[in-house]
Amino acid sequence: MNQLSPRESTLLAQASAPTGRIEIDGLTIRLGEGGQAFDAVQDVSLSIAPGEFICVLGPSGCGKSTLLGALAGHWQPHKGAIRVDGERVAGPHPDRGLVFQQHTLFPWKKVLDNVAFGLKMKGIKRQARRASARELLELVGLAGFEDRYPIQLSGGMQQRVEIARVLINQPRVMLMDEPFGALDAQTRLKMQELLLDVWARVRTTVVFITHDIDEALFLADRLLVMSPRPGRIIEELRLDFARPRHPDLVTTPDFMRLKRHCLALLHPQARIVPLERLSALGPQATHLNQ
Amino acid sequence: MEAIHSARLDPALVRKLGRLLLRVLSVAACVAAWQWASSRHLNLGLVTFQNVPSPRDVLEAAGALFESPKLEQHLKASVYRVFAGFAGAMVAGIALGLVIGRSRLLEDVLLPPLEVLRPIPAVAWIPLAILMFPSSEMSMIYITFVGALFPILLNTIHGVEGVDPRLVASSRSLGAGRWTIFTEVILPAAAPNIVTGLSIGMGTAWFCLVTAEMISGQYGIGYYTWASYTIQNYPEIVVGMLLIGVIGMGSSMLVKKIGNLFLPWYLMQRKKP
Repeated sequence: MNQLSPRESTLLAQASAPTGRIEIDGLTIRLGEGGQAFDAVQDVSLSIAPGEFICVLGPSGCGKSTLLGALAGHWQPHKGAIRVDGERVAGPHPDRGLVFQQHTLFPWKKVLDNVAFGLKMKGIKRQARRASARELLELVGLAGFEDRYPIQLSGGMQQRVEIARVLINQPRVMLMDEPFGALDAQTRLKMQELLLDVWARVRTTVVFITHDIDEALFLADRLLVMSPRPGRIIEELRLDFARPRHPDLVTTPDFMRLKRHCLALLHPQARIVPLERLSALGPQATHLNQ
Repeated sequence: MEAIHSARLDPALVRKLGRLLLRVLSVAACVAAWQWASSRHLNLGLVTFQNVPSPRDVLEAAGALFESPKLEQHLKASVYRVFAGFAGAMVAGIALGLVIGRSRLLEDVLLPPLEVLRPIPAVAWIPLAILMFPSSEMSMIYITFVGALFPILLNTIHGVEGVDPRLVASSRSLGAGRWTIFTEVILPAAAPNIVTGLSIGMGTAWFCLVTAEMISGQYGIGYYTWASYTIQNYPEIVVGMLLIGVIGMGSSMLVKKIGNLFLPWYLMQRKKP
């Protein structure tokens, strides 16, 4: 989308080391307590290659956010385990960056300092971390917005900042929970292209949750379809559309065929009552005082 | 003519000036009513103005005070006591508020005794304050401290409990540890409430000044007010009251203004509809 400076490419080269292999083995996540307990995710086994772009598609309340929250380390497995590059996921870590539908930028920090936050946590000096943050803002097309506060940006821009803030940690895995769900259709398409463009450069593993079939088919290398609660993976589709992908991909016969297939899988006629939205943040999101 | 001129002015400015004028007029009307009631020795049965000094008497007494060399010493003594008490309350109130708002255990341990102490009026603290502290200066500072503490504490707790848990979770994902979550997320997120608490606390510290300076033997605006009562100098009492009111309001606004310098993002948020 924009030209890379030599400095920027070194930053990205460091990020593109072949890590980010995810192994999910017999994972069950149980939520709620006592008689109310239920399996939000049931017996999911899955292997994701480094640098792969995975979309998880499923109806509301199917446990896809919970699965993502478990990958982030906000939920603990009831059974089974998650490993990233062989290490068991025990809690949140900057190696596994999360992007939500509603941005979680710090309203009191300017855009530049929001992006630089991860490096500040690593103890990197102000000047150096701000320089890196500038590069990432350029990468997501927000050069010139460094000194704005989040509230001064549009929804799409806020999500770009959010993505830049996650990427500055050079995460092995980027976890995205319907990140473009709150954007208007036009902005949404632009953001999807931007994400693919960014991903083509940083080559981190992406796990992207959505309930939008077009979005999932357009973005992913591999598409996983989840069943309604208890969430299980009922279908796996490899998407071999050539990259870079263009927006007119969605009108090709192959794409339409796959879309019809997904529609049938999601059973729109047997609509289930949407359940209370579960957060990927894990239990601390509802119990502040801990 | 007038109407034509003002129509050309910025309407927002005109509205602002209009409101300011209204506010000044409101104060002037109160003083006028007071002058009228006290000069007539108005007796309404339930309340009487027979012995209430008139604004003119008060103005004369104020003139005398402002010419007296003691004024500076009164002011210095009071400002010192209020600010020392306020500073202590700021440190204690924010620190306690942060931990109480964050931890259920500490809330259970620390909050109940504080809740018991909270309704106790400053004046009831006088004897114990004298017993507890070696110098009367410290006792007085303690009373202004008690006055300022609770607004700061309660607003801080409120602010901390209102912090968006998503921000905390996402800061953890970005590598923030226990301590940095406090300094980088909790404190700035609660800052607007803390500033409100500080501003109210500054007001209540002045509110307790007369009480505090009942202990004093020589200087202070509160002492001046209290001493004027004991020697029946009624206009001086009103001078003291007004002086405390005006300085209290001024320093409370000052705290708010200084606090807002740190909160540009918050003011932006509030401007948005």
